[in-house]
Amino acid sequence: MTMRVPPGVTPSTFSAALEQFEKAVGRNWVFTSDDDMETYRDSYSPFWHEQADRIPSAAVAPDSVEQVQAVVRIANAYGIPLWTISTGKNLAYGGSSPALSGSVVCDLKRMDRIVEVNDKNHYALVEPGVSYFDLYRYIQEHRLRVWIDPPDPGWGSPVGNSLERGGGRTPMGDHFASVCGLEVVLASGEVMRTGMGALPGAQTWQQYKYGFGPYVDGLFSQSNFGIITKMGVWLMPEPEAYREGRVSVPKHDDLVPFVDTLSYLMNSHIVRGTMLLESPVLGYRQSQGGSVLDLPGGPSIAETEAIGREKNLAYWSMLLHFWGPPRVIDAQWEYTKEKFRAIPGASFQDGRAYGFPVELGETDNVQRVYLGIPNLSVFALIAGGQGHMDFSPIIPMTGEAVFEVLKVFGSAYAEMGVPPKNQFFALPWTFFPRSFVLLFGLPVTHNIEQNRENRKVFQRLVEVAAQHGWGEYRTHVAFMDLVRSVYSWNHHALGRLHETIKDAVDPNGILSPGKSGIWPRQLRRSRA
Amino acid sequence: MRSGFLASLAFALATQPGAASPHPPQQQGERIASSWTTTTISGEGQSRGYVEYQKYCSACHGEGVGRPGTIALQAKYKDALPALLDKRTDLTPQLIKMYVRNGITVMPNFRKTEISDPELDRIVAYLTRNNRP
Repeated sequence: MTMRVPPGVTPSTFSAALEQFEKAVGRNWVFTSDDDMETYRDSYSPFWHEQADRIPSAAVAPDSVEQVQAVVRIANAYGIPLWTISTGKNLAYGGSSPALSGSVVCDLKRMDRIVEVNDKNHYALVEPGVSYFDLYRYIQEHRLRVWIDPPDPGWGSPVGNSLERGGGRTPMGDHFASVCGLEVVLASGEVMRTGMGALPGAQTWQQYKYGFGPYVDGLFSQSNFGIITKMGVWLMPEPEAYREGRVSVPKHDDLVPFVDTLSYLMNSHIVRGTMLLESPVLGYRQSQGGSVLDLPGGPSIAETEAIGREKNLAYWSMLLHFWGPPRVIDAQWEYTKEKFRAIPGASFQDGRAYGFPVELGETDNVQRVYLGIPNLSVFALIAGGQGHMDFSPIIPMTGEAVFEVLKVFGSAYAEMGVPPKNQFFALPWTFFPRSFVLLFGLPVTHNIEQNRENRKVFQRLVEVAAQHGWGEYRTHVAFMDLVRSVYSWNHHALGRLHETIKDAVDPNGILSPGKSGIWPRQLRRSRA
Repeated sequence: MRSGFLASLAFALATQPGAASPHPPQQQGERIASSWTTTTISGEGQSRGYVEYQKYCSACHGEGVGRPGTIALQAKYKDALPALLDKRTDLTPQLIKMYVRNGITVMPNFRKTEISDPELDRIVAYLTRNNRP
């Protein structure tokens, strides 16, 4: 077996570093074999069988903050790049693989302590290796009256997903917004606590986010400025009840008042949680071989509306969600209907309703994430595929923006010669407040040519989006440099600040080089 | 390229109909979650392999709605073989370990920090318990 080494590190230096890692965490928790490295590659890599595939040189798995400190100090001493993962299930965005091939994965999965769950103030304090499944089980075992907000795949971690600024479905769906207090190991090996945690004996570390002075928690999201070893996360009090209701409108132009009404209701906290804009008539059009998007020379609005009338299909539709006391959420649903009735032809359908605690039948196909129950059912929708990489630009929460998106991406696909059946797209979600996010996957395969084609499409979508003022909220490690490059206002002023901070807090550039396109000084030069 | 599967999928998500018939909120009662894999598994009277299989595998390979592994194996084998892994009698230790460590289709690889070698050995013992010698 040929030993892989990090870029710029000699085999003898690397051997010495590995020996030190073994002393710090134990021999069983340093991995170097080819078989073990297979388990750290990106299962959904868009570079299968290509030289550019990101493969680490080793992995080290500390079990405590002290061990993380030791690992970081060793990495500093020997110049070893560390790529930190929590549960390593960031699939569609790179999984557990590094941005820089040859990095040593710092695998925090063993740090899986649930330090505290409080169902009076509704928060938890967890380590990075705690998965949503783990936290849910703990809450069930201890009969606590509190909900987590899992993302669609429940095997990720609150720490990893929140720091990636992921989203869920309940009113706590903006995950980074629920972060309250971090414990961070800095590149120097020093450990620091943010917010009220900076106060010795703090009694409100998970109750008040900001502490005193500059609020720095955001610097540790999607970043490579430190390693998070504990995180506070706000939870939702178990609601008394949940109900759903569907609103549909018949015409294309109805989308403008539809989204205006939705925006008013969401920003007034009457409608909460994550919704998906749907279009039954565009779905029908696609089922007949057409496109969801507006292709040059494609069907007119009038023609599509006529199909809707003939087939009794709404042009736009959305399933809304309500959590709270039954009489409150009933009133919210009634008020919601009242507001949408201003759109002529608006129609309504009552949906599921549950009281809590609830026992769900095995055949009940409610999306459990709306009830705070982690699961993996989202993968049932892609079973048989090889994986995907997610494209996820933020767009304005207006009907006009949706019309523009349909035209812009329709034209982009047409210019690339991509047929409708391969025009990957989905209508917007409301994962985050005040804006829409498009979220859809482009497939990855084990076929080199297909992956190259799909990477080209992905790159073009990023560029086209940027030309229209839309940028990704998160991306795959393969596209972090690209996405960073489009956030270029005022000669990349923000990116240059990121680099200034990087150089100051991690002068040897050992922490997750390339994360979010932020490279340490020595690698910036070689990549320029 | 596969025929626009993900595009169809993305849009299928966008067009799924709402619940056909609402039902009233259920009564408050004993806190018993379903046998969804996220529940506590007492493991009373069961092998550790069974408990670990439930913990690590059944979210995909268990019974009930939305289990991607079970759905995929049902589609692959029709009725020629059971879709539930713990009903199979033909799985070899080597095969189970290869799939767990290397993944297959959308099932990702699992690292030793997620499922340790001793845990995997016990899961293998559970899944091969009814194999013919």
